[in-house]
Amino acid sequence: MKITLKVWRQANKDAKGSMKTYRLDDVSEDMSFLEMLDMLNEDLTTKGGEPVAFDSDCREGICGMCGVVIKGSAHGRYESPIATTTCQLHMRYFADGAVIEVEPWRAGAFPVVKDLVVDRSAFDRIIQAGGFISANTGSAPEAHSTPAPKHLADRAFDNACCIGCGACVAACPNGSGMLFTAAKITHLANLPQGQPERHSRVKAMVAAHDGVGFGGCQNVGECAAVCPKKVPLESIAQLNRDLFASLFKSV
Amino acid sequence: MAVTKKSKPSTYFSLGADIHDTKAPAGPIDKKWQARQLQAKLVNPANRRKLTVIIVGTGLAGAAAGATLGEAGYNVHSFCYQDSPRRAHSIAAQGGINAAKNYRNDNDSVHRLFYDTVKGGDYRARETNVYRLAEISAGIIDQCVAQGVPFAREYGGLLDTRSFGGVQVQRTFYARGQTGQQLLIGAYQALERQVAAGTVTMHSRHDMMEVIVHNGKARGIVTRDLISGKIEAWYADAVVLASGGYGNVFFLSTNAMGSNVTAAWRAHRKGAYMANPCYTQIHPTCIPVQGDHQSKLTLMSESLRNDGRIWVPKDPADAEKDPRQIPEEDRDYYLERIYPSFGNLVPRDIASRQAKYMCDDGRGVGPLISEVTQEGVSQQRRRGVYLDFADAIARLGKAAVEKLYGNLFDMYAQITGEDPYATPMRIYPAVHYVMGGLWVDYDLMSSIPGLYVAGEANFSDHGANRLGASALMQGLGDGYFVLPNTINDYLADGPFEKIDDATPAAVEALEAAKARVDRLLAVDGTRTVDSFHREVGAIMWEYCGMERTEEGLQIAIEKIRALREEFWTNVKVPGTGVDFNQALERAGRVIDFIDLAELMCIDALNRRESCGGHFRRESQTEDGEALRHDDEFAYVAAWEYAGDGEAPILHMEPLNYEAIELKQRSYK
Amino acid sequence: MSVQQKAVRSTVVKKAIMALTGLVLVGFLLMHMFGNLKVFAGPAEYNHYALWLKQDLLYPILPHGWFIWLFRIFLILCVVLHLYCALRLTQASLRGRGTPYVRRKRKEQTFSVRWLRWFGLLLIALISFHILMFTTGTFTPGFEYQFEDPYSMYVGAFQVWWVFAAYGVFMLLVCFHLRHGFWSAFTTLGANVGPSSRLTLNLLAYFFAALLFVGFLLPATAVFLGWVI
Repeated sequence: MKITLKVWRQANKDAKGSMKTYRLDDVSEDMSFLEMLDMLNEDLTTKGGEPVAFDSDCREGICGMCGVVIKGSAHGRYESPIATTTCQLHMRYFADGAVIEVEPWRAGAFPVVKDLVVDRSAFDRIIQAGGFISANTGSAPEAHSTPAPKHLADRAFDNACCIGCGACVAACPNGSGMLFTAAKITHLANLPQGQPERHSRVKAMVAAHDGVGFGGCQNVGECAAVCPKKVPLESIAQLNRDLFASLFKSV
Repeated sequence: MAVTKKSKPSTYFSLGADIHDTKAPAGPIDKKWQARQLQAKLVNPANRRKLTVIIVGTGLAGAAAGATLGEAGYNVHSFCYQDSPRRAHSIAAQGGINAAKNYRNDNDSVHRLFYDTVKGGDYRARETNVYRLAEISAGIIDQCVAQGVPFAREYGGLLDTRSFGGVQVQRTFYARGQTGQQLLIGAYQALERQVAAGTVTMHSRHDMMEVIVHNGKARGIVTRDLISGKIEAWYADAVVLASGGYGNVFFLSTNAMGSNVTAAWRAHRKGAYMANPCYTQIHPTCIPVQGDHQSKLTLMSESLRNDGRIWVPKDPADAEKDPRQIPEEDRDYYLERIYPSFGNLVPRDIASRQAKYMCDDGRGVGPLISEVTQEGVSQQRRRGVYLDFADAIARLGKAAVEKLYGNLFDMYAQITGEDPYATPMRIYPAVHYVMGGLWVDYDLMSSIPGLYVAGEANFSDHGANRLGASALMQGLGDGYFVLPNTINDYLADGPFEKIDDATPAAVEALEAAKARVDRLLAVDGTRTVDSFHREVGAIMWEYCGMERTEEGLQIAIEKIRALREEFWTNVKVPGTGVDFNQALERAGRVIDFIDLAELMCIDALNRRESCGGHFRRESQTEDGEALRHDDEFAYVAAWEYAGDGEAPILHMEPLNYEAIELKQRSYK
Repeated sequence: MSVQQKAVRSTVVKKAIMALTGLVLVGFLLMHMFGNLKVFAGPAEYNHYALWLKQDLLYPILPHGWFIWLFRIFLILCVVLHLYCALRLTQASLRGRGTPYVRRKRKEQTFSVRWLRWFGLLLIALISFHILMFTTGTFTPGFEYQFEDPYSMYVGAFQVWWVFAAYGVFMLLVCFHLRHGFWSAFTTLGANVGPSSRLTLNLLAYFFAALLFVGFLLPATAVFLGWVI
């Protein structure tokens, strides 16, 4: 199939970027979107151009490293019939002759490093603020000493599956990282092990979320709609409830 | 058992002195770890912050070690090439993690886990290390649960377990199909907690380029900042490599795009022995290759083999038929037929090799793939076998199957565009894990004092084949429990003399790193980096893959040498060295893969036996099963680097089995 | 600043303040709508209700005419808080969203949330206009300001076609603003506990938006068409 790509090119963080147009004539519909970009890069390199920088690592939808906005939706979610990461999106979902815009995640807290690569260290800083359970190695009690009700463990899992790709932020009209933050809050708040730090955690993580430059949540729902791991919007309500309760606790 | 007949040196390598692990104490195997912990010198908590430890890699082993050493109070510097430590490829492990908890009351024990792991590894692992791993396995689960890892649970709120390829007890803990992710996020969170506490400094998007060895001790590393291109030296009292495996030498593998051997290979060039590099695990349940554009292969958890049945049509003519139209009597459930007691749950190496044979035989399914055999014959073969859930869906219902395997089915559907609930999946083996790695002793210290190696990057626990659900166990075991209890024995003599950018060892390493970048950029040829990677991968897959021969390996070595030559005269690396340049990153990794590939072939050539993931055509039983030669090859092959263009030096570590009797594996 | 202080000043708390003040304003609108519907009961009923509200409510707990001022102060406080938080959150959003996309496709973002902020700003202008007309009597198209006879003001104003038209637009904006605001307020306060509550809250939001639109427009239309004089 033939594809026309319009790709955001930006030399570095401070440079001004713009969309550049490229054509590929021999794209197979079995290719993943990133394999199509690989093909573009092989082509550019052979012709003496500079390849397009983009992030990817596991290419099986779990590491969260890849992620670009394709035809206006994060990970090309609105081109795919099911939730997907960019690496799992396949070219069979595009028509022959399609024009495809490819842009980086755009958010104040995710500055562009180069072309389609962005800096998502803001997420790490949110986790550093409290996205953990303080359990030093060796200090753990026997695993079966604390049963965890299955329905709560399942809910924890539905949120723990967040891969930190940043699609939620990219899709949010406010550049908010609330779904990411809420996923971690909800994961840990639904496990017995997470209770001792529950109040301090939510305060610290919300403070960090705002501090690193994410916008506020407006309950639009774009985040959950594009989330490759289907972290539910309800998690944000859980974060809110936990935060309000925590404001009255002196931790 | 003692090695009776030594390998003879050839033109490919020379023979060095035997090596031995000197750290495991004498005494009964179940007391060794306790004894070692008692013997190890300690570091006073107040002195720990004066000691710096560098950790390269933030997967299960690296993140766990970073967090634990940080908690202990050491000054830790952690490095990864990804944008965040959370992305290390441990995250992709699906199936589960073994632990000898015996929660199922099914006769499991530390000794059984130990036995299964050694047997699964085809008696090529070091007994003492494996026993320790089994001993600490239960503590890993406790630790992870305390961190909030959401393992699967029963309705009563207790942990669920399942059985996993190659064993008959249910000792595998899991978190849907995303166990690696959950364990890694747990370790990552513990690491970030230490970053916040100030004990760990995280350096993401950094490639390690050199080890700094000063006065015989590993004292630091040289890195390249992948964003700015800055080449910089970092100093420490000890260096830990937890940089993962090198399966990407095959180009197509289930490893991440960035997984590489560079850190380990650079250490190897500085004196760390590379052990058993030819031991590669080829995982049976991967999605088959679809075309020549493919950049990687995707694994589906082998837990699928618990309920899926593997078959091929008896008649090659049925290959293109709709599989649902092929009646039962025309299907060959070959694993159930050949291995009645283990059936579809035979170890990975066996399942993989049988799939290859079926396809070699012309009974494969899926698209026809053009290939050239080791004998140079061009042919077309279908490379795929069916993994069928029709029986499971009929027995358990679609909803139950969806609950167990839903995410894997979705993944399959997304990649292939086929619906696995309706038609059988097609699978084929793919490179997945390497058992080989840098040689380490019982303390996980390599042959360079002060250089420790943990996780997949070392060779220690899996012998010639790794059992399912034991990579996660080993990574976390090394990181949480082994390394933090052994590295102190070395650090107790520190802090070592201060070194800086003016120290000759550092100057040399910095200059070497800079020269390498300049050299890669200077070639300015016509072939892309990826084309070299694909070519070395194709050579390795054909000659050093599931089946190896003396002749084939010799051809491979010649081809690799020629490819190296071409690389240094014709590679094209666009851009510069002073900014974000992904082609440059890859070029450095690919040339190290090419160098490693040669050593892998030499190692495979030397090992004239079939064991685990290494199958030599010349060494098989009458009915085509792998035939080990314990009299000749019951040793670890530890290779010493002898200089560019020089034949590597083989050091043998004899494997002594005291707690386990050496037996020819049988799963029939 | 301590973590507690940061948390208190966080976007989440600002959203909660917006939610609470927004819900107060929705309550006010419902009450206001109820008053307007009294037009159908005739001048005497309407005026009696209006004057009771302005002078006698809570008498004798409070002196004559005090309640309405306390209530106005409370409403103004709500509007000011709502506006202040909105401005601060908008600031955070502008910083948060970064460079605009060349192309973007949004499926979940509704018309009402897309224009939420702009409609909010327009509403401020229109509410001011409303106050200038009926409360202060500064601007009196089609009627004369009579404190004792608000019925005549109502009827007089809505006989003017452009007042009626502007009012229709005004109410449309109110209802769109409220459509997202209502759902968002409850979600922010934590009521969105699952897919079914998400559906319920959204349906309720549509219901209240429609109710207010019909409730406000019905008497105004009746006047405009001459059914009520």
